[in-house]
Order: sequence, then C-alpha cells, then structure tokens
Amino acid sequence: MQTREQNSRRNFMKLAASVGGGLFLGFNWADQSVSPTVVDVLELTNGSVDFNSFLSIAPDGVITIYSPNPEIGQGIKTAFPIVVAEELDADWEQVKVLQAPLDTSRFERQVAGGSGSIPHSWERLRKAGASARYLLVAAAASQWKVPVSECTTEKGKVFHKSSGKSAAYGELADAASKQALPAEVKLKSEKDFTLIGQSVRNVDNQGIITGKPLFGLDVYREGMLFAVIQRPRAFGLKVKSVDATAAKNMQGIVDVVTFGNKVAVIGKSTWQVQKAREKLVIEYEKDGALESSSDHDRIFRELLNSSDTTVRRQDGDVASAFKNAAKVITAEYQCPFLAHSPLEPMNFFAHVREDGVELVGPTQRPEGARADVAKILGIAPEKITVELTRMGGGFGRRLSSDFVVEAAEVSRLAKAPVKVIWTREDDMQGGSYRPAVRYRFEAALDKSGNMIGYKLRGVGINAGNSTRENNFPSGAVPNLLIDSAEHKSPITTGPWRAPITNFLAYAEQAFLDEVAEAAGKDPIQFRLEMLEKAKTSPVGDIKYDIDRMIAVTRLAAEKSNWGKKKGVHQGFSVYYSHLSYVAQVGEVVIENGKPVLKNIVAAVDCGIVINKSGALQQTMGGMVDGMGHAFYGNLTFNEGATDQQNFDKFRLIRMNEIPEIEVHFVDNGISPTGLGEPALPPTGAAVANAFYKATKKRFRNQPFVQDEAYKGLS
Amino acid sequence: MALIRLQINNKAYEPDVDADTPLLWVLRDHLGLVGTKYGCGIAQCGACTVHVNGEAARSCILPVGSLENTKITTIEGLSENGDHPVQEAWDEVDVAQCGYCQAGQIMQAVALLNQNPDPTEEEITSAMTGNICRCGTYHRIREAVQVAAKKY
Repeated sequence: MQTREQNSRRNFMKLAASVGGGLFLGFNWADQSVSPTVVDVLELTNGSVDFNSFLSIAPDGVITIYSPNPEIGQGIKTAFPIVVAEELDADWEQVKVLQAPLDTSRFERQVAGGSGSIPHSWERLRKAGASARYLLVAAAASQWKVPVSECTTEKGKVFHKSSGKSAAYGELADAASKQALPAEVKLKSEKDFTLIGQSVRNVDNQGIITGKPLFGLDVYREGMLFAVIQRPRAFGLKVKSVDATAAKNMQGIVDVVTFGNKVAVIGKSTWQVQKAREKLVIEYEKDGALESSSDHDRIFRELLNSSDTTVRRQDGDVASAFKNAAKVITAEYQCPFLAHSPLEPMNFFAHVREDGVELVGPTQRPEGARADVAKILGIAPEKITVELTRMGGGFGRRLSSDFVVEAAEVSRLAKAPVKVIWTREDDMQGGSYRPAVRYRFEAALDKSGNMIGYKLRGVGINAGNSTRENNFPSGAVPNLLIDSAEHKSPITTGPWRAPITNFLAYAEQAFLDEVAEAAGKDPIQFRLEMLEKAKTSPVGDIKYDIDRMIAVTRLAAEKSNWGKKKGVHQGFSVYYSHLSYVAQVGEVVIENGKPVLKNIVAAVDCGIVINKSGALQQTMGGMVDGMGHAFYGNLTFNEGATDQQNFDKFRLIRMNEIPEIEVHFVDNGISPTGLGEPALPPTGAAVANAFYKATKKRFRNQPFVQDEAYKGLS
Repeated sequence: MALIRLQINNKAYEPDVDADTPLLWVLRDHLGLVGTKYGCGIAQCGACTVHVNGEAARSCILPVGSLENTKITTIEGLSENGDHPVQEAWDEVDVAQCGYCQAGQIMQAVALLNQNPDPTEEEITSAMTGNICRCGTYHRIREAVQVAAKKY
C-alpha cells in the first residue's frame, strides 16, 4: 500500500528543526496590521510561537513557503509563492512549496472559490517576501560593513557592486535571523518585477506527469476499508426498507449500514463494494415531489408570469418608459441543470476514533466541511483534523461538504478508517447541480435607439437570486426593473463555476445583441455608448468599474480587428464577475455551407498578471468550459431521476470541438484579482452572437445543440 | 478469487482478485499503482488509459482475467525518472491544471507517437478526442504532443 506524503504542520515543524539554522519568518494572513516576524526554530518546534504561515530560508539556500489555499487546478499553489519570491528576489529554482492542512486559527480564508484567494492575499504575500529580503540585506551590509542602501539583490543573492562582494541567501540566513525588522518594509515598484508576469510552470508538474499519489482518491491507509453509498435514485424518494442479505454475502464485504436515506456497502476493495451494491434490495417511498423536466418547463412559465417576485433593483419609472417606447424588444433565454463533473469524482477518507477524527481528501472549503462533520458527530471541531489533497477539479462541487460528512458517518458506523468513493453515476445522480433558470428580458428603445427602459426577470429552481442586479447594464439605463422568483425543489443545487453569472452573462449579452440590432447599432458601439452614459449620468449604484469595462471592450475590438475581417462573422460579449473584466469576440466562418466556430479572442483585465502561464490556462480553460457547457451540457429529469448518468449521455466538450483561443491581458498595474471563473461567463454569448451574425439564427436555449435554432446548422 | 499473473512495467505481479476485476482497480487497490485514474468506469473519459501490448487501452473495462500473457505499461512504468519525451513535453508546455486526467492523456499520446511519430494536427486531435479534460487544457495537450513529436 502506498501512503501519501503528509504535509502536516507537525511535519513542517520537524522539517524546520532538521534544517539546523537558517531564517524563519512567521507571517499573518489573518491580520494585515501584524508585521512579519523572525521566529526562533526552537520556539517553532516547541509550539511557543504561533503564526499562520511561514517562509524559511535554509543554510543550503532552499526556500520553503507554506501555501494555505486548497489547490483545485486554479494554480494557487504556484501563484502564491511567486508573489513572495518576487519581493524576496529569490532564485525560483530554489523555492519549495508545501500544502498546509486546515488550520482555522492560522489561515483566515482557506477556500478555493469565488476567485478570491489572490485578491485576499496579495499585499500580505508581498510584505512577507519583502521582509525576508530586508533581513538578508541587513545581514550582508553588517557583515561587509557597508550601507544597506548600496546593496542589491538578485536571484537569491545579495550584492555589493563597488566592492564586488556577494553572498547567497543561504549563507546569510543565520545572520539574517538576528536582524531587526522595521515597522514598514518597502515593496517593489511594479516596473521592477522580474518573476511576476512571467510564465512559471506548475509546481506539482513532476508529480502529475509521473502519476504520483496527489489526489483524494489516491489516499490509501493501513487497514482502510472502501465504501460506496446507494442514495435514492430520484430526488423526492426516501428509503422504506433495505434487504442487504445478498450484498453482505458477497466476497470482500465487511458490512452494510443504513443511515438516513443512504445505504453504505463497506468492504475490502473498490470493485467488491461496487459489485455488492448491485445486490442491495431497497424499497423507496415518496418523500416529496418527483419532478420531471416537463414540470420545470411549466413551473418556469408560471414564475415568469407570477406577481409574487422579489424586486432586486428598481430605477426610474419603468412603466412610463415602456409606454413611451418607440420599440420594445422581448426575449426569453434558458439554461438547464448541469452536473459539475470534476474528473475525480467525490471521495473522502475518514477515520472516526474515540479520541478524535481524521479527515483526508479533496475539499474546496475545509473549514465548512469540518464544522458540518463536527455537527453530525456531536463533537467539538477542534477534535477533527482535515488534511487537504490536491483536487481533480471542483468547479464548485467541492464547496459542499455532503461527501465529507458521509465519509465520517460511514467510518463511525463501521468503526474503521474508510474511504468513501462516488462512482461517476453517483456523482451525476447525486445532486448539488447548477440550477436550471429561465430569464425574460424586455428593452424599451426611444426613436434614436437609446435604451430608455430595461426589465429582467430571473426565475430558477433552487437558484436563489438568479440575477446580478448591480451588474451592467444597471447604472446605464434610466428606467430599470430587475426581479426574481424561485421554485423550491427536492433537486439539490449548489454553486457551479461562476455561480449565476455562468448563465446570466450568456443570456444578458446575447439579449443586448438583439437590442443593439433593433436599435440599428453596432453591438460594441451600442455597449460603449451605454457605458459612456453610465459614466456621465449614472443611475443608482454602480458596482463595476466603468473605465475597466470600456478598456477590455476596446481591447477586444482592437485585437479581433472587429468588423474588418472578410468572411468572418464576429459576435461580442463582455462581462464583469469576481472582480475581473473579460470581453470576448467569437468568430464564425462558413465552410461548405455550414457555420464553423473558428476562434475566440479574449481581452482580460485581472489587474497584474502574476503567472502568465497560469493566467492563460485559467482563461482558456474557462472559455473551453463555458463554450462546452453552452453547446452540449444538459441534465434532465424524469420523475426526480436524472436521465443522464455518465459521460455517454452527459456530453462534455472534447478536443475536436474546440476553436482557437487568443488571449490578451490589459496591462494596468492594478492589484491582481482572481481568474478561476471570470473568463467563463462571457463565452456563451460571444459564440451565440457570432453564430447569429453568420446565420441569423439566435440561440436562446442551452445547450445550443438542442435549440431549435441550431438544428440544420451543423 | 484466484491468483492472476500479470506483467506490469516489466515486473511480475500475482494479485489475488476475482478475474472480472477491472485492471484499473487492481492497479490502484491491490498494486499501489495509483497514477492510473478512475473517471467514468465505462471507457468514455480516458483517465484510466494504460498500454496493453503497446496499444492504448481503457483499464476501467478490462477484466484482469483477460490480461495474462500481455505486457501492461502504466504511467509509473513509462520512464525511470519522469523523463520520457512526452512527459517532458507535458512539463515544458505546462499542460496540467488540476492534473487528474493527464496521466491518461500522456499514455494516449505515447501510444499515438509510438505508432505515428510525426502526426498531423488532425491526427493528434483524432487520437486524443477520446480523452476528456474537464479543465479544458486541450490546446496545450495538442501543443505538447507536437513538442514531443520533435524528439521522437
């Protein structure tokens, strides 16, 4: 059996002690007002000092940085240390990164979601790196008896140019730990960045390409049992009776336990528990509505015409605007449920013992998972340790903790260490989907084609507020009404990469294309005019930065050579989400009489780009994701059960279906924002608008391949 | 259960498992070779791709009982030090996001290049289309195959 390398805090301390000297800098993520501080190795190992993260420089020059945020494929484990290493002027080849376990007293925001890790930590990381650099320079200056101001740093060394002296950080680390830090250290000017903005390869590449055990599913422990869980096949059913006789008699089966509406088959190998599960005889009874997609269609129609909605934003006098309009444009858009489908299905290891609980696995929200486990087991959260593995994707699915709680419940019942594994079918049937939504848009134009009124109603199934009422075009329209309504369903939903905006952006930006056409205006010009209006005569609160939105719009127009490419039909879309701005131009050409999506040009404003390679990956991956689900993704229901159970019917985008993608970043020197999500929302509309330009067919329903307008095009 | 004789990465193994157990789970649960991943269990995603007698195969649907007298290669056996040209290309191009599917992608790409060391872009796409990358790293996968092809 293989055991994963454990990057526990204890191990880090051990590592720290074994290095024998060097510089240890503790810094605080929880409180920006607390300065980085030199800590003593002895104090570290005996636990008498408590910082929430560390940077160490060993005498051999190796620099170790502790990365607290869960790595989900968003590249944070690489981006964090880049920022520290930049201010430190470290030699990147000598930087090592360790993934920290859950530690709420030490890490304030240990979440992978909402593209929030980078904006949260930027300043603190820079300060840590700059502090370490300060100490090393001070140590060198004191040894050489030269002024600090005459010393420079580069690639892990301090230099004194006029005397020709130089020393590596490792050599200075001991002496540096005896230097005092000032209240403020100077941060670099952006123009002096040498590492930030370059392409740095993923720090885990070697493990990934050689098949090392990095992921939750790769956790194997001595004496560990395996479990699969049978959950009700349909939402709205509960267990009536369980006959596990046949399953228990299968080879390798240790136990079958029922808890709530779940039946866990526990045994000695993954295959044996999967096979035995098929022998379970479970009777179910109705526990709620057994909804089908046809019911949802009816529910959407009712909600769109309901008088019982929640008003999200209201500006001006909408009724008069529509009454006085020269032209009114109305359209409905809809998006289906989607499974998240991270390629690594849900799984978690749990060992519930008398004296405490050990949890190991892939979660985007370790603190929430621990709290939920503590609650169900009735124990204090401090008795639970959570060790994070790399995640084989998440897309929001791993923000829920149902699969962590289940593992703990099964371990408690089995009185053994257990790894609970979801099969792909379990994953697709198991809920926490992106909610299905439908939107009705109405726009009122005056005689000159100005939008004088705008109405948006969002209705969804367990979608909460399916609008983003303060996003564009709010602020640019004098009379505006945004409201929403939702249907409560037994079908469970949860955040899915770029929650709400992943479908709202498509619907809104495709609708604005319709409005621009009705106004007789170029789609980009139309939006720029609106943004100018929002600037000169803003209406109500404006929560997005108008200038940044204008800038990405212009950059996308410029880089795509908007409207000037012969034989290329272009569609535009721009969206602000998760603090970043992304504009895209989809390009369709006609080949053999058929429209073909050839290219998408993206202009991205995420502030300063930390890792060019990572930023490109997130942008391109987000666009492939956005396009793939807009075209193909569809999860439908029959009597509460999904019609799709695996990738044979739930279609994910593949290599033969991707267009070329061209990405341009805005260079504005603004503090960085995240990129895990923002590139996805605009893609659906950029593509749909380009197809419209080429074919006059408007895709108002996702997935596009099943939209009436799409039929006959391919 | 029975002892099944397997030859994996030039080593002999005799796991005591049912003959219908898919190779994937024997590799992972019984032999500690966890680089081969589970993604769908029905040969739709390619995360479990290994080589059987040099050909790419989906180990999630291959009963081990059918594999005696074959030569099996997994990601762990591709090279001693992770320096197979395809692995090196994957690092150079910085392909991975979450990384979960990449062992399967690499095995698929190696099988392609072993048979066709100089594939066209269309041939690459055609060979790689059976492998899903949920993070959408397809552009870089294609590029990495091209980079690796130069060293073949």
